[in-house]
Amino acid sequence: MSALTFTLKHKPAQRVDMSPLVCNLLTGMALADISAITLQSGKCKLRVDELFALEGADTQNIVIKNSLDNLDFIGKDLEGGSISVVGDAGAYLAFGMNAGEIKVSGNVGLYAACEMKKGYLEVSGNAGDFLGAALPGNKMGMKGGTILIKGNVGERVGDHMRRGNILIEGNAGDYCGSRMTAGTIAVMGQTGRHLGYAMRRGTLLLWNQPSLSASFNDCGAHTLAFLPILFASFKLLNSRFADASIAFNRVQRYAGDMSEMGRGEVLVKL
Amino acid sequence: MIINGVSIDATFAEAFPMKATRAIITAQNEKWALISAQAMTGFATSVIACGCEGSIERILDPSETPDGRPGVSVMIFAMGGKGLAKQLETRAGQCVLTSPTAALFAGIDGGIRIPLGKNLRYFGDGFQVSKQISGKRYWRIPVMDGEFLAEATTGQVDAIGGGNFLVLAESQPQALTACEAAIEEMRKIPNVIMPFPGGVVRSGSKVGSKYKTLGASTNDAFCPTLKGMTKTALSSEIESVMEIVIDGLTKEDIDKAMRVGMQAVCDLGAKNGIKRISAGNYGGKLGPFHFHLQEIMA
Repeated sequence: MSALTFTLKHKPAQRVDMSPLVCNLLTGMALADISAITLQSGKCKLRVDELFALEGADTQNIVIKNSLDNLDFIGKDLEGGSISVVGDAGAYLAFGMNAGEIKVSGNVGLYAACEMKKGYLEVSGNAGDFLGAALPGNKMGMKGGTILIKGNVGERVGDHMRRGNILIEGNAGDYCGSRMTAGTIAVMGQTGRHLGYAMRRGTLLLWNQPSLSASFNDCGAHTLAFLPILFASFKLLNSRFADASIAFNRVQRYAGDMSEMGRGEVLVKL
Repeated sequence: MIINGVSIDATFAEAFPMKATRAIITAQNEKWALISAQAMTGFATSVIACGCEGSIERILDPSETPDGRPGVSVMIFAMGGKGLAKQLETRAGQCVLTSPTAALFAGIDGGIRIPLGKNLRYFGDGFQVSKQISGKRYWRIPVMDGEFLAEATTGQVDAIGGGNFLVLAESQPQALTACEAAIEEMRKIPNVIMPFPGGVVRSGSKVGSKYKTLGASTNDAFCPTLKGMTKTALSSEIESVMEIVIDGLTKEDIDKAMRVGMQAVCDLGAKNGIKRISAGNYGGKLGPFHFHLQEIMA
């Protein structure tokens, strides 16, 4: 059975809410029924077949072709299966995702993997602000799963993050790991200002020395036993993180944010 | 049945259901992993008075351990799950947490989950850090040599304890040599431990005693110095008897260990003073698992 493929026919005039098109909501539906689903676009409701050419039948394996950055909520509350996005994705990609896998070949917008609970998200391009964060006003961001970003990410990565891994091959913007409660954010590139702002617990794992605020205290150089296990857990990823030669267990440890609980840590490769 | 001049008795070992768990201890080098494992499995020869039976299962290559350091696999057996969990936690806390450079990991992924580092984390006094990696929770506990890393839980599974055989020889050195040869082979078998000192026990017991407070006492039928004053099971030429007790995860594991052990004893043969192999049982009325020596060696 071939993948259920949605090929975008033209650029929508308004942003489109793609949340009805997830594996768990399409299970058992015929192509005709899927075509008749309506999607919110601005003030209008559009039938799926007005926007997309459909083919294939495997609702657990969805492909979105010609995707653009105004397709929002792709993979919202995904409960399993896989979604492959060829092109860019809009805001709220993988919002509240509970299981399954989403891969994007291009860039993604704001709030990707916002309040994600489990599963795997891979982005070959860049990601916008608030990756893996909580919605404004909410207290819990990403609660589990793994996010891999091969490009750069915006500001406030992992804001209020509670559990899981965010792996960034490129650079991260300002306030990376702000208000983190727990979890791990690894950044191979450079990080911006106010790293770990108000973080309570959690780990920021860095390849390059960051600019740290005065509320992070140097705990010295250490060899940490959990790092080889953490790196070993990345070995099946399609990423530089899977490369054994980039792994390390010797780090400079900074504790913070001392203006908050101060149980968080910034580990910098030595 | 006679193999290489060694008579195999038409009898059986009687064994009991137990609960078992396995933990993996790693350290900076094999020496310190072994020291930690020996401490953790010390005073764990018999459930009669130790609360559990435990021993080193085998030494692990760095490629087999979760953190890529040299390691040792230890197994602990107890009569019940509650007792097992208590023994595991106490021993991990006093012997592995305290051991320089040691880290502690689960050795059984399935089964009922019992605490390994889950409660030891409180030693961290609030500075402990949890990390969930690939679905497993680890605790990083700050200690004076750095960090003690412990997996939160390990698995408890049903197991069997009390498989055994007796080596009857013409002299004490010959009995010990035969047992040493047997233990060397048996340690190559996975999923089993021989919990007594060096794997060998010289004080096999029978149920009951003339003293009301004792539940077990010396197995007088196999004591060579009592040949003339009790209902002995020994012929005149037997001067020493030693026993090997085996705990294992399954009947097949114990079968396999007994087979290689008895074969090693038989390989030494009558020319080295080994006369008989027998086994300890209670008439088959107490333990549901019976290991018939002749069937195993057939």
